[in-house]
Amino acid sequence: MTTHDLVILGSGPAGMAAAATAVAYGITALVVDEQPAPGGQIYRSIESTPLKERRILGDDYWHGKALVDGLDDPRIDYRPGTTLWQLTRRLEVGLLQGGHASMVQARHVILAHGAMERPFPIPGWTLPGVMTAGSGQILLKSAGLAPSAPVVLAGCGPLLLLLAVQYLRAGIPIAALLDTTPAGQYWDALPLLPGALRNSRTLLKGLGLLAELRRAGVRHVRHVTALEAEGEDRLERVRWQCGNDPEWHCLTTPLLLLHQGVVPNTQVTRALDCAHDWDERQLAWQPRRDPWLATDVEGVAVAGDAGGIVGAKASAMQGQLAGLGAAIALGRVSEDKIHGEVKRLRRDLARETAIRPFLDVLYRPAVHWRLPEDETLVCRCEEVTAGEVRRMAEQGCRGPNQTKSFTRCGMGPCQGRMCGLTVSELLADANGQSVAETGYYRLRPPFKPITLGQLATAAEDTSG
Amino acid sequence: MFKRLSLPDAPAQKTVIVYFDGRQVTAQDGDTIAAALLSAGVEACRTTPVSGSPRGPYCMMGVCFECLVEVDDIPNVQGCQVLVKDGMQIRSQHGARRLG
Repeated sequence: MTTHDLVILGSGPAGMAAAATAVAYGITALVVDEQPAPGGQIYRSIESTPLKERRILGDDYWHGKALVDGLDDPRIDYRPGTTLWQLTRRLEVGLLQGGHASMVQARHVILAHGAMERPFPIPGWTLPGVMTAGSGQILLKSAGLAPSAPVVLAGCGPLLLLLAVQYLRAGIPIAALLDTTPAGQYWDALPLLPGALRNSRTLLKGLGLLAELRRAGVRHVRHVTALEAEGEDRLERVRWQCGNDPEWHCLTTPLLLLHQGVVPNTQVTRALDCAHDWDERQLAWQPRRDPWLATDVEGVAVAGDAGGIVGAKASAMQGQLAGLGAAIALGRVSEDKIHGEVKRLRRDLARETAIRPFLDVLYRPAVHWRLPEDETLVCRCEEVTAGEVRRMAEQGCRGPNQTKSFTRCGMGPCQGRMCGLTVSELLADANGQSVAETGYYRLRPPFKPITLGQLATAAEDTSG
Repeated sequence: MFKRLSLPDAPAQKTVIVYFDGRQVTAQDGDTIAAALLSAGVEACRTTPVSGSPRGPYCMMGVCFECLVEVDDIPNVQGCQVLVKDGMQIRSQHGARRLG
C-alpha cells in the first residue's frame, strides 16, 4: 500500500484550491475525482465544453479556468475517473479506477466532494422525463445537449434561474418556470438584505438573471403550492396549483427539470462517523468542523459545499484554508508564519458568504415540499411512500435506521442519498421530535458498487 | 427529450458508435453513457426491482443510481459516470441486478 501525504477527494473549486495551496508548501497531493475531467459540477467540462460562446454559460463559469490550469502542477497527482469506495478512520483510502480497485494510505485527507441537489419528492418524480435542473445543466455543459421541446422548470433557488437564463441564451424555449418560493419569504428575507449587500456582486447577478428572464418574456408562474408529474411510462404532463386557488393548471411537456436548492453530500463523512449537526437554516446535515475545517476524525478536513453550502468562490477559499491546515498538520509550516495570510483569507470568506443567510431564507423550501403527502414515493430505489414512513412512526420507529430495517427505505443502490433528508424530516415531524434527535442513516462502505473480484485485488494492497 | 445544439464554433467531435439493447446509437467522443442514451431518445434505461416501473437518468452526477445499466456484461454501471467507447455493448437492466 503506497502512502500519500495528502489525498484530496474531488476536483471542484475546493479540491483544486486545496491542492494548489498544499503543493506550495512542498506537499505532493493525490487528487481523485469520479468525473472524467476536473472542475466539479460548477466548472464541469470547462476544458472541453462545446459551448465556446462565453455569454451562454456566463463569466462565473469561465472563472474556473485558472483553478483547472493549476492542476497541471507536476506535484499534483490528479486521477480522474477514480471512485472512492472506502475511507477508514485510519485514513486508508479505497479507490476504483477503470475497474481496478486499490488501497492507498493517506497522512491527511481533505474531503471536497461537494453538494447534491435536495430531494424534491412530488407525485410522479420517478417518471422518465423528470430530471433535476442540475442534470440539465450538466448535459448542457458537457455535451451541448438541450431540451428538444419547450421544457418546464420547477422549484426555487439560484441554480434554477441560472439554468433558465443559460437555456434562453442558447436559444432554447422554456414552456414555463414554476416558482415554488413561498410568497411570505420575500418579507422574511428582507431583514437579511443589509448583510447580503456585503457581497453585492452576487446579489446583483441574481437580480440580473431575473431581469433577463423578464425581458425574454418567459412565463414565470409564482407562488406554486402544488406540483405533479403525470404520464403512463414517461412524463406527459405537469400539473400545478397557485396560492390558495383550487384550480389546477396543466402543461404538456416531455421534460420537467426540478430543483429546490443544494445540500452537502454527507455520504462519506457519515460513513466515517464524523459528528454532524442539523443546520436549521439550510435544512441539511453538516459535518462538525473546527476553524481549520477539520472534522472530529483525526486527519480529515472538509472543504467547500460538502461541509455546508457556501457557493463556488467561497468553496475555493475554504479549499485554500484546508490546504494551509494540511501544511500545518503535516509539519510543513507553523501557524504563526501564515497568521496574516489566514486572517485575510477568513475575512474574504466572511465577505463572500455574507449573502448566504439571505439566500437560505429566501429559497428555503416550504414544509409541504419537504414532507410530501402519503401517496408520494420518498425512497426511489425501494419504492417506499411517505405514508409508509409515517405508519412506521406510528408503530414506534424513532429514527431512519429503524424504518430502513422494516421497509427497506434507504437500502437500495443510492444508499439513502435520495431519501435520507426526507425520511429524517418525516420521522421528526411524525414523532414530534427534532431532526437532530431523529438522526440519519448509518452508512457503510462501499460507497459505490464494487465487485467481489475487485475487492480481492484491493485486499492484496493491504496485505503487502 | 434532448437534442444536440448546433454550435458553429464548437470543435468537431469524433463520432462513437455504441449499442443499446442491440440498437446502434451514434454518440460523440466525451459523452457519458447516460448523455449518449438521452441524445438518442432513450427515455428509460432500467426497470425497478420492486414494481418493474421504468426509470431513466435523473441526477447525472452519480448520486441517484437511476441510470444503472449493464456495460459489456458488467451490471450496475452508473451510466452518467462512464464515457462511451466505440463498440460498447450497453444493456438495459431489468429488476434486481444480476450477481457477477
